[in-house]
Amino acid sequence: MTDDPVTVWTIIVLLGLGTFLIRFSFLGIIGDRKLPAWILRHLRYTPVAVLPGLVAPLVIWPAATGGQPDLPRISAAVAALATGYLTKSFLAAFATGAVTLYALLYLTG
Amino acid sequence: MRYGVRSAYWRGFRAGVPFLVVLIPFAMVFGVVATEAGLSVAEVMGFSVLVIAGASQITALQLMQENAPTVIVLAAALAVNLRMAMYSAALVPHLGPAPLRQRLLISYFNVDQTFALANAEYERHPDLSVPERVAYFLGASTPVCPPWYLFTLAGALVGTRIPPGFALDFAVPIAFLSIIAPSLRTPAHLAAAFTSIVAALALAWMPSGLGVIVAGLIAMMVGARVELWLEARK
Repeated sequence: MTDDPVTVWTIIVLLGLGTFLIRFSFLGIIGDRKLPAWILRHLRYTPVAVLPGLVAPLVIWPAATGGQPDLPRISAAVAALATGYLTKSFLAAFATGAVTLYALLYLTG
Repeated sequence: MRYGVRSAYWRGFRAGVPFLVVLIPFAMVFGVVATEAGLSVAEVMGFSVLVIAGASQITALQLMQENAPTVIVLAAALAVNLRMAMYSAALVPHLGPAPLRQRLLISYFNVDQTFALANAEYERHPDLSVPERVAYFLGASTPVCPPWYLFTLAGALVGTRIPPGFALDFAVPIAFLSIIAPSLRTPAHLAAAFTSIVAALALAWMPSGLGVIVAGLIAMMVGARVELWLEARK
């Protein structure tokens, strides 16, 4: 983790500014012009394209176990994913994942 | 049906309240995890107030912990927020005529929940006046955005007192998976998510953070391809 406050604040301010400009883009600057269909088609998938890839290495090679694959963590991830997919509920998914993790950490601990 | 500016505000407010159930735990998770990662309370709050976009805040945090270069951190976190350009474009027909100051304010509050509520309301009631639409948007933002700051702060304040036995390292993956899973609505979403996982694991050798960005680009293209392919088959 970087402990240099200048770097941290640079990231915070630029991320805040960039995010605001994305939100302000059409409503403030570009106005009532239609986005081309092919751009819309890609934008629709931005969260599901980035977030799973960010999480996958954390699930398979967790830092807390020194990068060794770990049954409680993998099971918790699968449980959260399956519950969220089936119930469409963030809360149910998060709770199931947490319960699975703690139960298995306790049993294997 | 037109219902006046004041009642438009309260309609929006009431519609936004149920989101607290999701928002409170998520904001606290961010506060706790960011504090555990070594950020000061001011830095944690800087994220939640200046960015107000949970998934990208955690993306940035994760990559900062992996010591990724600033440019990579920003590119990945902004990529997560690119969908909001779509929200911004969708609001133009409804809010385009509003004064600049109000459009600035609405852009700042244009998050997943407020956008979904307002857009649905504007489509249900096309004859709303522009001031009513603005009031509805700000009403919906009231129980969504200020609580986001407040519960981030609560998480940041309790964060340092949670013992390591709680395996908090894993709060981030579980929170992320819980956000992604309910949004896997179509085969195209599933294909994009699956591609993202496989590509990120295959590209894990790349300099920190870069693999995620490349995997994200490939996965977006796969999602768009599958969508086209499914439409063609109809």
